Amino acid sequence: MLNVNNLYKTFAPGTVNEVKALIDVSLHIEEGCFTAVIGTNGSGKSTLLNAIAGSFKPDHGRINLFEHNITNWPEYKRASLIGRVFQNPFAGTAAGMTISENIALAMRRGKRRPLTAAITSRIRDEIAERVKTLKMGLEDRLDNPIGTLSGGQRQALTLLMASWLRPQLLLLDEHTAALDPKTAAKVSEITKEIITREKLTAMMVTHSMQQAVDLSDRIIMMHRGRIVEDLRDEMKARVRISDLMQTFERVQKLDLFDQSVAEILEQQFV
Amino acid sequence: MGIVLSAFTIGLILAALTMGMLISFRMLRFTDITVDGSLTLGASVAAITIINGWSPWLATLVAVFSGAFAGMLTGLLYTRFNIQMILSGILMMTALYSVNLRVMGRSNIPLLDTKTVTGTTETIITGVTGGLSQINIMGWPVSVSDFSVFVTALVICIITALLLKYFLLTHLGTALRATGSNPQMVRAQGINHKSMTVLGLSLSNGLVALSGALLAQYQGFADVQMGIGMMVWGLASIIIGEALVGTRSIGVTITGAILGTIFFRLLIAIALRWGLNPNDLKLVTALFVFIALVAPIWVKSLRKTIWGGLKNA
Repeated sequence: MLNVNNLYKTFAPGTVNEVKALIDVSLHIEEGCFTAVIGTNGSGKSTLLNAIAGSFKPDHGRINLFEHNITNWPEYKRASLIGRVFQNPFAGTAAGMTISENIALAMRRGKRRPLTAAITSRIRDEIAERVKTLKMGLEDRLDNPIGTLSGGQRQALTLLMASWLRPQLLLLDEHTAALDPKTAAKVSEITKEIITREKLTAMMVTHSMQQAVDLSDRIIMMHRGRIVEDLRDEMKARVRISDLMQTFERVQKLDLFDQSVAEILEQQFV
Repeated sequence: MGIVLSAFTIGLILAALTMGMLISFRMLRFTDITVDGSLTLGASVAAITIINGWSPWLATLVAVFSGAFAGMLTGLLYTRFNIQMILSGILMMTALYSVNLRVMGRSNIPLLDTKTVTGTTETIITGVTGGLSQINIMGWPVSVSDFSVFVTALVICIITALLLKYFLLTHLGTALRATGSNPQMVRAQGINHKSMTVLGLSLSNGLVALSGALLAQYQGFADVQMGIGMMVWGLASIIIGEALVGTRSIGVTITGAILGTIFFRLLIAIALRWGLNPNDLKLVTALFVFIALVAPIWVKSLRKTIWGGLKNA
């Protein structure tokens, strides 16, 4: 289904700000699997998601989604296969346009956009019906500019929009990180609901280990541009937050060890 | 009455310019100075084809396409060659100055005693009134030819506005509107935001050229200088329109653009009547836009000071 092969990405190469964001990342994700990607800040988890979504071209490597080699596809073309929700609740919708207009845009994701009216009464009914499933009362506010809604409401709508046409792959980039705890829980719940109901293949970057443990079928841990842990099936079923914390600490200690060893070696031999 | 009617007529003609700039400035959020060149391009293309015996309607249509082509080039400079937004427009505007001179072969083409798009309307009105040269409108005598120009401009303006409104509410039009608002979201919905920008600028400058073609026919000449300052003019009209009726919906916004253009033209006509030196016109327009742009910020900070003061008291 999703195949990532030997992906490399370095930002600002050759400068003092050089960041090796992805180093030889390979990953295979089966259809219907909900994968959580966790890791420290700057570990490359969002970069991996953006590479799959097509925000930039990798330096090296290949990305296959189903039978398509999408490595060189521009972002907008990949959108025909991929639905996305961003960390920033304002990034996924056009603020000045109404709820129904925003959803009408999502109803033709990756399809031709003809010169026929975007909002007809039939389309409007269809929108109201599905917005009702969010249980946020937004079906009565379809003609309000989406910018008047709260971050949580907008994120829930973005989620609905990303899954309106069943995507081959749903990418969630810390989509609850900018919300207050209560709203985050609600959006998490909607996420689970939509993914289970539509049997979606999804990847979710998250900072919340709780969320990773509760929602996903598989957990990938990244550190310094590499995948350092891959928990699936029984391993995932047994894993607890404390286990993940331990792994984190181990990985970080290893880092410290590397650095201190290098320093000692330097002092002794240089 | 003559001054009011002519202000209305010019307002209706320039409404196409304002509607075009509504697409670039408000919807794509693209400050497009190509307008100054494409208005003249529309005028010069229409003028040269009309004096070569083309039907004025066909000439106007060709002018619209020429403007759309210029807008497309600006869009390509911006999207394909990654030239800054404002610079793409400046390059195109500068290039168009020479193109316009080439098109006309000289700097000015008079359109006296030639057919214009008004001809058809005038025939109809003369037929209805039975060959009178003056008719009565609300007690004012108005020459049939002036009235015909007004009616023609009105009809063209209404048709253009309706088409624009319809387009902006289609799937494609919705995608276009979203492009300026949130390009990241637009890409995530599978829309090529670069193509949308090019399409939007084409449409925008097509409308601007329509305005130029009609203006040349109305005033009886095309001049290579006539586009200078037209972008600021359009901006002023948009701002007035928004102040008059707001932006509740697409229909309201477009109506506002038309009313704003007419209202602004009336203000200018009155100011000129009161003795404003025509040479100062562009300075006054620029000042007006400056005030309209900063006034909301001033009001906001003033309000904050007052309310903030109350809160601390």
